[in-house]
Amino acid sequence: MNPPIRSLTVVALLGLAAALLVAVLGLPPAPVKLAGEVAANLGASGVSHPVTAVLLNFRGYDTFLEVAVLIIALLGMLAAGLPPPPPTGSRNAMLPTLARLAVPLMVLAAVYLLWAGAFRPGGAFQAAAVLAAAAVLLHLAEILAPWPRDRRGSRLAIAGGFLLFLAIAAALLANGGLLRYPPEHAGLLIVLIESGLTVSLAVNLAAFFLLRAPEEQR
Amino acid sequence: MSAGLIYAATGCLLFVLGLGGVLLLKALLRRILAFNLMGSGAFLVLVGLAQRDGTPDPVPQAMVLTGIVVAVAATALALTLARRWHALTGRDDIARVRDTGRRVRRKANERRKSAR
Amino acid sequence: MSTAFDLLLAAALLWSAWRTLATPQIGRAVILFIVFGLLLTLVWARLDAPDIALAEAAIGAGLTGALLLDAVAALRARRPDDEEPRS
Repeated sequence: MNPPIRSLTVVALLGLAAALLVAVLGLPPAPVKLAGEVAANLGASGVSHPVTAVLLNFRGYDTFLEVAVLIIALLGMLAAGLPPPPPTGSRNAMLPTLARLAVPLMVLAAVYLLWAGAFRPGGAFQAAAVLAAAAVLLHLAEILAPWPRDRRGSRLAIAGGFLLFLAIAAALLANGGLLRYPPEHAGLLIVLIESGLTVSLAVNLAAFFLLRAPEEQR
Repeated sequence: MSAGLIYAATGCLLFVLGLGGVLLLKALLRRILAFNLMGSGAFLVLVGLAQRDGTPDPVPQAMVLTGIVVAVAATALALTLARRWHALTGRDDIARVRDTGRRVRRKANERRKSAR
Repeated sequence: MSTAFDLLLAAALLWSAWRTLATPQIGRAVILFIVFGLLLTLVWARLDAPDIALAEAAIGAGLTGALLLDAVAALRARRPDDEEPRS
């Protein structure tokens, strides 16, 4: 990019920054208070933590599509095709020991985060992230080998959460609106969906590191 | 000035910083970093503006949670593509590439010949 | 008092973001990006958003940082380890 266009871009960006700051700092107070609406309907949502209620009940459709986006990203990565990394061959005694000590605690923490999401900050995404981090730690300690692409178990695990969500959504669609949980069963449905999502998202996030194309055959 | 407004303004500046990085930097990895900065800036604006009167608002918080997970998926895909590009052409930028097809095919042929 | 802390945190956030893009070595840039992610976690905690803080620490700083470090190592290899393996 030649210098005149570069300086022009910088000037334009500074102008954009100024305009955004003026717009953001000069906004009048909001006419709609969504926090109040959420608090009013929290009793019928099945959980008592407002963010979880929004994520899995009021805006459950967004979460549903987000899981699909993650699967599509994984498919894109598999299509681009990275072969598995070569083993490093380093004999590090600390890392496998640390991994073996830390991973059971991480699994415990993940299960707690999943369960606590109903009434406290936590939830499926945080639990899935901790589980995926545990898998990556095991991979770095060379306890867990990279997964070949065609193993059925990992495929089922990744698709399973989304399919569970889809099945529940389809069943509810037959009954009424899309993802409109009946209030007396909402808590149970949310726990079910969250458990499926945790496992599925954890495998998906770990697969960003671990799922590789198989070695080229001779 | 409330905390929400301070961080919303910070988010605007981060967004513009990231945008400048994507437009003006050459290396692919740096542009991916800059793109992530743009995303984080947008999240700050979303939550900061909604909470500019001080009360926590769960709806934009849930949206940002979704956004963070989608951002990591997009980053993972972008990094895979960048690594693939580097493996095929040996470059880490996409500036001024002419006739990528011929270059990629030539390199693949060379590799196939040397592997025989 | 808390406004001063907010301003300091915002300044640290912007500074680490600027240094991420401006530092010459790419490895250092990724480390600075992880620092940025952790500072952002503090910002989310300041904004009464503990769920986002948990997710940002685990996913934004942790998993994204690990992905980036992996990519930096792969892009730096003299013979990139992402080539098709020779038979």
